[in-house]
Amino acid sequence: MPDSRPKQKAELEDLSLQEGAPVLLRRALSGLAKGEWCEVHGDSPELADHLAAWCRKQGVRCETGGAPPGTFRIEAAGPAPLISMSRTEIAEAAEPVWGIEPRGARIEKGVPEFAFPLLHKRDVWACELNAIYSQAAANQWSAAREVPWNKLPRLPVDVEAAVAQVMTFLTENEFAALYVPARFIPRIHPHYREVVEVLAMQVVDEARHGEVFTRRAEAGGVGLGTTAVSGQLSLKTLLEEPDFTTAVFLLCVMGEGTFLTLLKFLGDHAPDPVTATLARLAHRDEARHVAFGVEHMRYVFEREPEMRLSMASAVERRSQMLASISGLSPYVYDALVVYAGGGLSIAQVRAGARHVADLQREMDRARRERLQSLGFEPGLAANMSAYHTKNFM
Amino acid sequence: MSKSSAGHALRIGAVAYDPKVVTIWEGFLHYLAKHGVWIDYILYSNYDAQVEANLSGEVDVAWNSPLAWVKSQIISKGGCLAIGMRDSDRDLTTKIIVRANSHVSSLADLKGKTIAVGASDSPQATLIPLNWVAESGLDPFRDCKVLYHNVMVGKHGDHVGGERDAARALASGAADAACVLDANYGVFINEGTLDPGTTRVLTTTLPFDHCNFTVRSNLPTEQWKPFVDALLGMSFEDPEVRALMEMEGLKKWLPARTNGYAQLEKAVQRFNFYGGAATSAGS
Repeated sequence: MPDSRPKQKAELEDLSLQEGAPVLLRRALSGLAKGEWCEVHGDSPELADHLAAWCRKQGVRCETGGAPPGTFRIEAAGPAPLISMSRTEIAEAAEPVWGIEPRGARIEKGVPEFAFPLLHKRDVWACELNAIYSQAAANQWSAAREVPWNKLPRLPVDVEAAVAQVMTFLTENEFAALYVPARFIPRIHPHYREVVEVLAMQVVDEARHGEVFTRRAEAGGVGLGTTAVSGQLSLKTLLEEPDFTTAVFLLCVMGEGTFLTLLKFLGDHAPDPVTATLARLAHRDEARHVAFGVEHMRYVFEREPEMRLSMASAVERRSQMLASISGLSPYVYDALVVYAGGGLSIAQVRAGARHVADLQREMDRARRERLQSLGFEPGLAANMSAYHTKNFM
Repeated sequence: MSKSSAGHALRIGAVAYDPKVVTIWEGFLHYLAKHGVWIDYILYSNYDAQVEANLSGEVDVAWNSPLAWVKSQIISKGGCLAIGMRDSDRDLTTKIIVRANSHVSSLADLKGKTIAVGASDSPQATLIPLNWVAESGLDPFRDCKVLYHNVMVGKHGDHVGGERDAARALASGAADAACVLDANYGVFINEGTLDPGTTRVLTTTLPFDHCNFTVRSNLPTEQWKPFVDALLGMSFEDPEVRALMEMEGLKKWLPARTNGYAQLEKAVQRFNFYGGAATSAGS
C-alpha cells in the first residue's frame, strides 16, 4: 500500500496564493517523487479558497480538511523531467531541442525544437574565440571621443574629394562585411555561442566603421563619392554566398585580409590626422576579423584538408562571376592615386600611381603569405591571390 | 485507423469559442495523423447545434461542454457515452463571493440581494451556483435578483467574459454577490479585476466535472477507441504536442467519468432549462 505520510511540510503562515505562496509550494514539491505527499499549513483564509484550483492547474492532487485547520495535503507529480547538457564541453553536434538555452542550463522537457541549420561544431568553430572576443570587447572605440575631428584641416579640394571617394568605397565594403556575418548569426546554434559572439562584435565593428567613414566623407564639405557597378557586383557575390565556411574564407581571409593592407596604406599616406586615426583604429578591428577567419579555416582544414581545394574553387568561381570587371573601379583607383600622391600635379600623380602599384603588390604578397600559412601550396596561393576580386573585398 | 462507419476520418465537433480553437484542432489533426489516427474537425458556433449534429450522426464525436453532455443525454434518453476528458475537467468548484466588508455571511443573507452570474447557459458561473443557492432553501429567482451577463450565449460559458463582468459588478457595487469558477477567482485577483483583500468567499459548491468527448452509444468502439488511446498516450513533455495541450488547458487526458454531472443535471431540471424534456436516464 502506498505510503501517504507526508515527506515534506510547507508552512505558509498567513501568505496567500496571491502573495507568492506558490513560490514556497513549488519548492516544497520539487524535492518529492511522484506520489509523495507534502503537508501544507497556512493561516490565510484565502488559501482554502484558491489552493484546490491552483493544484488542479498544476496537475496535482489536493486534499483539504486536514487537522489542525488550515492543513492541506498535496500529492507531488514528481520533479519536472529535465534535459541536461554540459556547460564546459562543446558538443560536436548540438541538439535542436537545446534551443536558445545557455550552454549548461537545465532544460525543461517539452521545449520546442529550433531550426538552426548550423549545428555541427566542425561547421562553425575556431580556436582562440575567447581571446578574439575579449580583445573586441576591450577595444571598442568611440568616434566622438577618440577621433580628433577638431583637427581636421581644410585640404585642397582635389585631395578632399579623393578622401571622400576612398571613404565612400570603404563604407560600402564595410556594409558588406556587416551583412555577411549578420546573415549567418541567426543560423548558428547558440550552443556555439562564442562564434555568435565574435560575429556579433564584428557586426558592431563594421557598423561603427560605416558610420565614421561616412562622417569623414562628409566632414570636408565635398560630400560622398561614387559607387561603381563593379564594386556592387563584387560585394553581391559575397552577400549571396550560402555556405558559412566559404563566406568566412572569402570575406575574412581574402577580403578583409586585403583590406588590412589597404588600411595600413591609407594610414601611412593619410593627408590629415583624422583620416590617419580612422585608418589605424579600423585596422585594429579588421585584424580581429581576419584572425577569426584564419582560425576558423585552420580548424576546418585540420579536419578536412580537402576543403582547401573547395576554397580555391570558390575563389575561382567568384572570379568568373566577376569576369566583366577588368580592374579596380576607376573612381577608386583615381582617388587612391590622388590620396597617396597628394594632388594632381604630374609629380604627385606619378608618385601616387607608384604608391598604388606598390599597394597592389603588397596586397598580393600578404594574401599569398596568409594562404600559405593556412597550408595552401605556393603555386595555388599565387593563383588564388591573382583570382581575388579586383575590388579588394 | 480511426474511421467512422462510412469509411471517412473520425469527425470531431468543437465549438469555436475562440480563434485558438482552429489552431488547437489543426494541431491535433496533424499530430494524430502522424500517429495513425485520422480525424477531421467541424466547428460550430454554439453547443446546441453541435449536440444536434452529434445525435444525427453529422459528427462522430462531440467535444462537449458539461451542459451539452447533459442535453445530449436528455434528448437521447441516456443514449450517449462519454469517452474522454481532461485532467482539468475534474473536480471544479464555483465560489459565490461577496465584498469583504459585506454583512452577508450566509446564503440566507442573500435574500433580497443581487447575485451576479455569467451567461444564462454557463454551467459553472450560473446554473450550478444558482442550484447551490436553491439547495440552501432560497429561490434565487423569487428571493433574489439574478443579474445575468450574457456574453456569447450558446457557448455555455466557454470563455471568461461573462464571469469577469459578474466579478466587476460585485466590485462596483452593482451586485451583492458574484458566481465565479474557482480558477477564475484567482485570475481576477491577479489581473486586477478584483483588488486583493476586497472580496471573500461566501460559499463553495460541491465539486463538479466539466467537458467531455461525447459519442452516441451505438458508435462502434473500434471507431473511437484509437482516437481516445492516442489522446491518453499524449505526453505534456512531448514538444510536438505540448503547446496544443497548454492552449487546450490540460496536463493530461483521462478516461471519462460521468459521476460529476449530478449538480448540473439537478439545475437543468430544477430551472426547467430545457423546457421540461424528459430527464436524463443517467449513464
